[in-house]
Amino acid sequence: MSGVTLSNIRKTYGELAAVDDVSIEIRDGELLALLGPSGCGKTTTLRMIAGFVAPTAGTIRFGERDVTSIPVHKRNVGMVFQGYALFPHLTVAKNVEFGLRVRSWDKERKARRVAEMLRWVQLDALAERSPRALSGGQQQRVALARAMAIEPDVLLLDEPFSALDAKLRTQMRKEIRDLQQDAGITSVFVTHDQAEAMAIADRIGVMSHGKLEQLGSAEDLYKRPVSRFVAGFIGKCNFVEGRVVGAQRFESAEGLALQFGGEHAAGAAALCFRPEHAVLEAGAPASGNSLPVTVKSVTYLGPSTDFEVLSDSGQTLLVSAASGTGHAPSSVAPGQKLRLNWRPEDSFVVA
Amino acid sequence: MKIGRYAFAALVALIFVFLLGPLIVIIWASFFADKILSFPPSGYTTSWFGAAWAISDFANGFLMSVKVGACATVVSLLLGVPAALAVERYSFPGRETIRQVLLSPMYVPAIVAGAAVYIYFVEFEIFTGFQLAATFGGLVIAHSLIALPWTMRLVCASLVTANTVSEEAARSLGANAVQTFFLVTLPIIRPGIIAAAMFSFIASFSDLEKSLFLVGPGKTTLPIAIVNYLEWSLDPTISAVATVQILIIGTALIVSDRFVKLGKAF
Repeated sequence: MSGVTLSNIRKTYGELAAVDDVSIEIRDGELLALLGPSGCGKTTTLRMIAGFVAPTAGTIRFGERDVTSIPVHKRNVGMVFQGYALFPHLTVAKNVEFGLRVRSWDKERKARRVAEMLRWVQLDALAERSPRALSGGQQQRVALARAMAIEPDVLLLDEPFSALDAKLRTQMRKEIRDLQQDAGITSVFVTHDQAEAMAIADRIGVMSHGKLEQLGSAEDLYKRPVSRFVAGFIGKCNFVEGRVVGAQRFESAEGLALQFGGEHAAGAAALCFRPEHAVLEAGAPASGNSLPVTVKSVTYLGPSTDFEVLSDSGQTLLVSAASGTGHAPSSVAPGQKLRLNWRPEDSFVVA
Repeated sequence: MKIGRYAFAALVALIFVFLLGPLIVIIWASFFADKILSFPPSGYTTSWFGAAWAISDFANGFLMSVKVGACATVVSLLLGVPAALAVERYSFPGRETIRQVLLSPMYVPAIVAGAAVYIYFVEFEIFTGFQLAATFGGLVIAHSLIALPWTMRLVCASLVTANTVSEEAARSLGANAVQTFFLVTLPIIRPGIIAAAMFSFIASFSDLEKSLFLVGPGKTTLPIAIVNYLEWSLDPTISAVATVQILIIGTALIVSDRFVKLGKAF
């Protein structure tokens, strides 16, 4: 087992930089998610770690071993592909055995390892089935057993849950996380689904336009996003445009004075707050941030009620009130004029 | 609506009659008892099949066609499978040109191609003193050209369907390029290869035009033996020979269809 270090890796196709100077140190045994919209470079980064794509510049190391120029079949990576890529002409057991077969393990050792891996993913009863006869979740477990059978240095998962339906996805997330923890293997998985990344990753690297925007725990990213992109991509966020006018002092475009927590250099920026940190009230509080708004829509969701409100400048803002907290008058109706209030310490500013 | 559907069904039926009618008539006529084809027949017999085999041109032509077809199939697989793999899996300058060149024998009228190959063989012989025209080797070369585009088409189609991700999975598990091909790619595209072999054989077995220029005395293929025979006589022997040919080609088509849904390959 070892960590994985990406140092200033780049991949350019002609003029276009698919991955632009990305450095990440993935800790030993950690599950890291690469998160971003399609085309952000996350898959290219994963494929560079796997060895399918050669970086234009930069180095990749597994522990102390520089693998940058080692071809994929000698790199010793376990990979779970999107759609799993099980070999359709081989049984479940033969699929799991494949990596051991090309490594020329002796028969007995192979059989022992295959049995061990199938037990690990609880598929020993289906060893002789064809992969086509398995459900999506079972296929995924075969793919994982196959990738892990070779005792890889690192486990790579490419959109591992995208082929599953919503309910199974939640279940498989937990299962994969448990198996990853059990094996203690350094893992990288790629996803465009922030909820998925937050649910199972130790740390998340958010990528956009080939660059690593921010790397941190789910909590870091949610509470302390460093850019407008991260703030908007991880969870929902309200942005009030304006400028920073002093220490923790912000002036909105329509001239309202607002306050925020943390530090930010003066100049044009946006003040952000999360929908669940805002409350709709009849009046403004003695201190804190407040905006006059008109209610646009009310959506009752059970655990919470979501409101869309319109600021005086015509901007749509979101408010989410958890049920039972009284964070919104119970009789809010569209068209009503109210105050949107939130605390300065729940506000942050991004450029 | 209803009338439209009946009209459509009638049109489809007409097309089938138009396509299958001649085949049915030939198969039927091969059992007519009369030496001069006449309708209705005075009786039925199976003796024309025996008679056909007794004519050495047909027996030898049949064996020659099978031999040439088998050799051409092997050559087209040996060239076509690696070529299909190269143009589908790798990107290199001139790739599309190579693809089109290898498919081109399908587009060039066979009679033109036959004449060209003949002229080429003659020129080749003038330069090297090595005879190709009217030899078994020459026929195999020409028939390999007939078969190659079919192999290319079918193997390319099965490579497109068998996505590259299985191959990537094999690579990530430690298989080198050769192991990946033999352990993963080849088993996955095997149905396509079998269909390609069948089609290559059919294309060669039924070729008339290209062979016309290239056969020699005692080295005649079955379709040419049929044409030669037709020049002088028209009796149910020819129908019997044609029936055998139809059965062989039909069987090969049905076998191919079991491996590859032919509708998908074109």
